[in-house]
Amino acid sequence: MSILVDSATRVIVQGITGREGSFHTKQMQEYGTTVVGGVVPGRGGDEHLGLPVFDTVAEAVAQTGGDAAFIIVPAAVAADAVMETAAAGVPLAVCVTEGIPVHDMVRAKAFVDSTATRLVGPNCPGVLTAGQCKIGFIPNHVAIPGRVGVVARSGTLTYEVIQALSQGGPGLTTAVGIGGDPVLGTSFTDVLPLFAADSGTEAVVLVGEIGGSDEEAAAALIAGGYGKPVVAFISGRTAPPGKRMGHAGAIISGTTGSAQSKIEALTAVGAVIADTIEDIVRLVEARLPRSHARRRR
Amino acid sequence: MKLLEYQAKQQFARAGIAVPEGRLARTAVEAETAAAELQSGDGVAPARIAIKAQVPIGGRGKAGGIALVDSPHEARREAERILGMDIRGYPVRSVWCETGLRIAHELYVGTTLDRDRRRMVVILSAAGGMDIEEVAASQPERIAKLWPDPFRGPQPFEVRRLAFEALRSAPALASARAAIASQLVVLAQKLYRLAIELDAVTCEINPLVITEEGRLVAGDGKLEVDENAEYRHGDLAAALAADTAGDGAAAGGEDPYEAEAKRRGLTYVHLPGGTIGCIANGAGLAMNTLDLVKQMGGEPNNFLDIGGGASAEKVRDSLDMILRDPAVRGVFINIFGGITRGDEVARGIIRARDELGVRKPIVVRMTGTNEVEGRHLLAEAGITPGISAAEGARKIVALTAGS
Repeated sequence: MSILVDSATRVIVQGITGREGSFHTKQMQEYGTTVVGGVVPGRGGDEHLGLPVFDTVAEAVAQTGGDAAFIIVPAAVAADAVMETAAAGVPLAVCVTEGIPVHDMVRAKAFVDSTATRLVGPNCPGVLTAGQCKIGFIPNHVAIPGRVGVVARSGTLTYEVIQALSQGGPGLTTAVGIGGDPVLGTSFTDVLPLFAADSGTEAVVLVGEIGGSDEEAAAALIAGGYGKPVVAFISGRTAPPGKRMGHAGAIISGTTGSAQSKIEALTAVGAVIADTIEDIVRLVEARLPRSHARRRR
Repeated sequence: MKLLEYQAKQQFARAGIAVPEGRLARTAVEAETAAAELQSGDGVAPARIAIKAQVPIGGRGKAGGIALVDSPHEARREAERILGMDIRGYPVRSVWCETGLRIAHELYVGTTLDRDRRRMVVILSAAGGMDIEEVAASQPERIAKLWPDPFRGPQPFEVRRLAFEALRSAPALASARAAIASQLVVLAQKLYRLAIELDAVTCEINPLVITEEGRLVAGDGKLEVDENAEYRHGDLAAALAADTAGDGAAAGGEDPYEAEAKRRGLTYVHLPGGTIGCIANGAGLAMNTLDLVKQMGGEPNNFLDIGGGASAEKVRDSLDMILRDPAVRGVFINIFGGITRGDEVARGIIRARDELGVRKPIVVRMTGTNEVEGRHLLAEAGITPGISAAEGARKIVALTAGS
């Protein structure tokens, strides 16, 4: 079982002819993702990587039946691409683009929220359901299908956690990289209920970092009764206040956004805090339902 | 990108917001001339002149960077003093000389990004002149907020409601509240439009002075432009660069290493006193790399994120940057390739080591996309990469201990 994407997902790639767009489309295909076409304005009618290219998302949807979009276009045009996807009625948009101007994203977010589209990202590594489908650039070889869901702000830590869960661990259902920007389409509180409703996911790993208060919001959601074990990991414990640590969103300002505040909020509602990536697997395994403890898929 | 006060005021004036008349002076003599011009006005008693240090941080007043003077002679003397100052790492390169205001009351108006709501928030308060975050913490009832629809912006009725809400906590203004509210409606809309036009993540007027004549004038201002949108505002960036004379401090914070990193386009934070240089791909992994080094008993010297899809050249440049601080005894490079490719990183590490003649220990942890090719290249060059980040952190701490 899984959330957001599975073997039936049909993906349209916006920016398919670019260097990165081409490379990662091929990687996604190698992983087993069904890519049905691409969108590049002005290149409609072309063929790229054996796939049809369209001028607009609406055309691509009409011709291919795509139900998810992978958006890998330059920052200056990314917010528009997100809105075009939502306007075309695509249920899921995954935008990996980094460096989108924040006002562009505020508008795109408000627009997407007025439609039925779910946006993941931007500035995220994407979504991967083990052994079935990936949209984005989570490395292909690390994930083994299993029992644990992952939701993370950081891309590289998403890979770390998937790898740790997969190497002799309980394996993965779906990993969702929500991204490191201040304005995100999907946050922890959107993903946690999806994992709660997924019968295949038996525990959730939440990877947060300094900045903002999304981890505290996740804690408030868990406090209302979550029903599945949550193991959390927070990076940036050594980060000094007032300095932006790479991600536009990773900054401790005043008293909000510190690792300590997030750890305290999550601990208070019964989530378990892992101090290292290696610890995550041990803590998750100790909390998985017993009857399944040695089951492998 | 934080604009200087006078640049923010120029933008306010362009947007139709009243600001005091002023002149920029880079020398004490220029300040004297400016003061004379400002006082040569309407024939009544000459106004006092404020001489204000132009540095991109708050707390200038407390640091002695603002003076009120009565004559051009005094202006020259105070400008001389202020221009020689260094305010928390920022040398004062210019002063803004402006006509003092006859203050009846001070308000606050600003707009900034509200991360939790994923929108801009417009904030109004009758408690002007104070740090708004402190007011929000200690007297939240004195703050009124509005989250405008990003497609239509704040409407007059919305700002009017906000104005009456904010003015409720200032009984002294009760009799003038209708007149003030109607001015605020116009001003807040102008300020919001300016923020959108300039891609500002913070655009605030504090204090917004109500003069004895009942006019609203911007006493001081803060304008910070979204770094991701700087490409749309090259003119502002150029003006800022000209005014700070390429000053490292103003360009990237008060740390000379951070200023150099910014010039090179690197995402770098210096942690003075640390001994272990750190490089990783991705902000989360880079933060975690620091945490790991610390957990293993080491002191990280920096945060450096080479980002996604970094070239060999960028890796080389990053290593060069980190080694500029002589306190660095060794470097830990932590790579988990997704969009970043291991072979590309390996080429950068080898090039840096050979070109820069690095003799300090370098520990590499490499996994992910193209890891086989990358590890092979490193092994051929005599660098043995590890697979576990914790192991790598332990190793660099051991190699640099006591050296």
